Amino acid sequence: MRDFAYARADSRASAVEALADRAAPIAGGTELLNWLRLGIAAPERIVDIGGLDELHGIERRGTELYIGALTTLNEIGEDPLVVDHAGALASACLQAASAQVRNRATIGGNVLQRTRCAYFRAEEPMPWPCNKRSPGSGCAALAGLHERSAIFGWTEDCVAVQPSDPAVALAALDAQVEVVGPAGPRTILMSEFHLTPHETGDPTRETQLGPDELITGYRIPVGHPDGQAYVKVRERASYEYAIVSAAAAVTLVGNQIATARVALGSVAMRPWRLPGAEAELVGAQMDRAAIQPIIESAMSAALPLPHNGFKVTMAGNAAVRALLAAGGAR
Amino acid sequence: MTLSFARQVEVELRVNGEDMRVVVSARTTLLDWLREEVGLTGAKKGCNEGACGTCTVLVDGRRMNGCLTLVVQCQGLEITTVEGLADEDGTLHPVQQAFHDHDGYQCGYCTPGQVLSAVACIAEGHAGDEATVREWMSGNICRCSAYPQITAAVLAAGRQTS
Amino acid sequence: MTETHVDPAVPRVEGTLKLTGAASYAADRRPEGVLYAVLVGAPVAAGRLRGVDADAARALPGVAAVLTATDLPEFPELSAPSAVTVMPFTDDRIRYEGQPVAIVLGDSIEAAEAGRSAVVVDCEPEAPVVIGSGQREPASGDDPVVFDKGDVDAARAQAAVRIEQTYVQAARHHHAMETSGTVAQWDGDRLTLWDSVQASATVIPVVSSALSVDAENVRVVAPHTGGGFGSKGFIWPHEILAAAAARVAGRPVKLQLRRSDQFSSVGYQPWMEQTIRLAADADGVLLGVEHEVINNAGMVDTHVEPATEASKSLYAAPSIRLRQLIERVSLNVPTPMRAPVEGPGLWALESAMNELAEAVGVDPLDIRLANFAETSPADGRPWSANGLRAAYEEGARRYGWRERQSRPRHDGPWRIGHGMATCSMGSFRFPGAARVRLARDGSVVVESNVHDIGSGVQTALSQIAAEELGVPLDRVEIRWGDTDLPRTGPTYGSSTTMGTGSAVAAAARDVHKQLADLGLDADPLDAMERADIDELVGEGAFALPDGAQMNGDGQGTPYAMRTWGAIFVEVGVDPDFGVLRLRRAVGVYSAGRIVNPITARAQMTGGIIWGWGKATMEESDQEPVYGRWLAKNLSNVAVPVNADIPLDLDVSFIDEFDEAASLIGARGIGELGATGVDAAVAAAVHDAVGVRVRDLPILPWKVLVG
Repeated sequence: MRDFAYARADSRASAVEALADRAAPIAGGTELLNWLRLGIAAPERIVDIGGLDELHGIERRGTELYIGALTTLNEIGEDPLVVDHAGALASACLQAASAQVRNRATIGGNVLQRTRCAYFRAEEPMPWPCNKRSPGSGCAALAGLHERSAIFGWTEDCVAVQPSDPAVALAALDAQVEVVGPAGPRTILMSEFHLTPHETGDPTRETQLGPDELITGYRIPVGHPDGQAYVKVRERASYEYAIVSAAAAVTLVGNQIATARVALGSVAMRPWRLPGAEAELVGAQMDRAAIQPIIESAMSAALPLPHNGFKVTMAGNAAVRALLAAGGAR
Repeated sequence: MTLSFARQVEVELRVNGEDMRVVVSARTTLLDWLREEVGLTGAKKGCNEGACGTCTVLVDGRRMNGCLTLVVQCQGLEITTVEGLADEDGTLHPVQQAFHDHDGYQCGYCTPGQVLSAVACIAEGHAGDEATVREWMSGNICRCSAYPQITAAVLAAGRQTS
Repeated sequence: MTETHVDPAVPRVEGTLKLTGAASYAADRRPEGVLYAVLVGAPVAAGRLRGVDADAARALPGVAAVLTATDLPEFPELSAPSAVTVMPFTDDRIRYEGQPVAIVLGDSIEAAEAGRSAVVVDCEPEAPVVIGSGQREPASGDDPVVFDKGDVDAARAQAAVRIEQTYVQAARHHHAMETSGTVAQWDGDRLTLWDSVQASATVIPVVSSALSVDAENVRVVAPHTGGGFGSKGFIWPHEILAAAAARVAGRPVKLQLRRSDQFSSVGYQPWMEQTIRLAADADGVLLGVEHEVINNAGMVDTHVEPATEASKSLYAAPSIRLRQLIERVSLNVPTPMRAPVEGPGLWALESAMNELAEAVGVDPLDIRLANFAETSPADGRPWSANGLRAAYEEGARRYGWRERQSRPRHDGPWRIGHGMATCSMGSFRFPGAARVRLARDGSVVVESNVHDIGSGVQTALSQIAAEELGVPLDRVEIRWGDTDLPRTGPTYGSSTTMGTGSAVAAAARDVHKQLADLGLDADPLDAMERADIDELVGEGAFALPDGAQMNGDGQGTPYAMRTWGAIFVEVGVDPDFGVLRLRRAVGVYSAGRIVNPITARAQMTGGIIWGWGKATMEESDQEPVYGRWLAKNLSNVAVPVNADIPLDLDVSFIDEFDEAASLIGARGIGELGATGVDAAVAAAVHDAVGVRVRDLPILPWKVLVG
């Protein structure tokens, strides 16, 4: 880890000023420290925003749930407000990482974690091409081992996926990301916050967040009580990234779906909403026979790589299971 | 006001009940500092990336990975390592005793992390049943694979504490 | 000293040390003035080293030195127990990625690690040899023949049922939680190593040969080893490099391998491809067994994984044909790993037996009973002891195997499957030595250079001494993990309690004999007091036939010696995802006398969990284009966590005393539990969802597309 200089931000403004001066922010540090070790980042200066208490906490604000960026994953996962109104998010938080990591990791930093692609996570000096690490070098995963890579939104420049669990739930729940920068605050829809290489043509551009902007919190609409679920698929039962995941939120009239929202995780460089399927699901019976064909049809748009065709089936099944669980079906 | 950045930073913190004021390199992790500077080698280095839990310590009572924590982030905080758990007369902490009684350790390398994680797991209220303990103790890998014995120890210590 | 029956189920004697953080592991040692060493590895898997530019690294604050080949001594070619014949820094050939090409020494870990990133290694890369494309050659000598008995071809011709299948298993690393590491300190010509090892006595000849130092001047101290599983059995280059660097630097050096460096700096269980051909009559009685094994090795260094042993030793087949090959690839050399030999061998053989059972239409348990070997299939010798039949029966009873089909087949989304397999290991025996001191206050000290890798050896040896001398366990102190103590066998190969335990018993009996010779055995302590004898020192040994340094399976004795068991597993399979979860397991083992049922249970439980990890998740991939390990960390490489493992792992032992195997009646247990589990799990998956996976690990997608 290269040496760096450190300062504690005493306000949002001082943090943003430091970012504008190319300092890297640290909150929990569960990602940044590993970036520094691997050579993914090598900032000269690090600004600690961990002491900004105003960015910490969970509260109900009218029809929204507000979660400060510095709230840890364990705090969110066990908060009664979140459990009641954003159950998919609570579940996603508690299925991420380990109890220890979740005591440090913040929801602000979590959605900014980089891909877990083993090629990307190599230690410097880079042993192979990776356009995220060495722009223009290529993508070794494309011709290599890519079972865990993307089935949506990839290009030959990058086949990585975004690994965050909470981001999938936040995307399904239509959360807004609040950010602040030199020009002041703005909000970004979570489902549009991350960018795929297919959209940008540049695998190093991963989010809409500017380098001098800071995530301050999330606003989650909670006006319409619904059923929610987060399904995470992994070979190890815990402390493991998802092979695929799915978050769903459903409202019912009788046994008929009134509204359905569903997002897939670890299939692309962003949580992957299925808007077509969500529309088709309205009016469908809350049972597997009705849901499965709609999801399968949506999954036909996937573009698997040579070694990860299974992910289309697996992710579709995860969506079905999440919807069924959200709808209270078995 | 513009912040003042420094590579060497003064930090005040409390370690196993002892107040300390130290100057550390900003990049020094809590794990390396405890082990190499303070001489508290109970916390172990297993992966140095937050993927194994051998470095688990309590920070203000909450379990965390020492390898994912910078000392500079511990300003004003209280650190508890495994060395700070037993009574001064040597009486083991109930969780330590439960690990002994249930054979919840083998080579011992992950054990300090397991024990501290278990202390927190019980305090958090995650020691009520087998499934909960298994899930909430999953942040500590035991390659000797004493998992059933660890789970039994945590359940027993949890019952005793509640 | 009175004869008392002591409950053998006592907790570990070193418990307080481990539970309070006082137990000291190699890297916990902090000598005054220590330098921290970090290895700089070759960035390519094959090629030629052109140069190392360390100027930028040397300029960093806190970097004390960067050593390259010119700074280090010329290393001779090494031989076993060195894991490698050619040390790094010997020539400019790069044979595997991560091969050390420089050593950064820093005043702090931070400085040394920053120095590593700043070293520029210039290589002329060559195309690496990857698994599947390497040269295949007979494992030893010119001929792949390992064993031939009877006429396998004729058996095949007359068989009513034939099974021919190929079983693959991924390479996988030991992942001991403690990475290997060494702290080296010179005091003039004397070298002390605090080393993370399973066999410290064998470090001395290798280090003394590599560095041309007098073996008398080398001491290795290893109080606790944070898991070994085979990775710390042989002597690896970093142990020599730490000592060499300390000599060059003139300061103590601590070289604890970083987790990433561990992948290439020590061994792993190789990738293996095994083909089994079974010929059987219509009832499933074996007529012939053929077993061909290929494992990967390094480009120069060789490791043979003799998995064919399984087919030589388990079933009463009249004809057997065994072949072993290796395939040389651009990876570091593999090494034994829990469980070696029969571990991989039974994955293939027991999977094939399960397929045979299905083909014949009999229960998997019955096919094994039908082929039970009353004597050694290899040479007809009687078994020293063999409780396998009892283990099958007891295991089936405890599991409810015969009634399994009447149990529910679903649990929510989970389909439930049942599988079983035989467990078996050969018996490695090594010479043992121990000293037992009886003081006149009744306290006992046991001294023997065993290692604490978590097997509970200190407890077992203390118990043996306490029992032999009739003193309470809390009067026994044990000293271990130091080459200044009596040299005994290594702490690997499931051999330690059997060999060194027998030596401790012999040493205690030597004390008894001395007491008797002195006429003091009536009331010894009182007599020692009156005779003014402070201490009696007994020496004990465990010797092998013909003074051998190693004995496999009772070689050279009238008896064939092995351990056995039966494993039954219940597995849940989620057909939507192909995900597997272990629901419960029953293991019953025949392994001679069990000295301590608590620590023995931990060994077997750990073995079963290792089997589960191997079956379902453990895999180290060689990157198919660049030839190095794809991931060198624990976040991209999975081993089981607590959530994977249910409380309901039912372990028990057949009551035995094997006097032919050892004085104390024990055989080995450390690896036995890890055998057979993979085949049982694969069978359970097949039982649950009808998918037969023959390529470990059984990752979700293999089940999903199967």
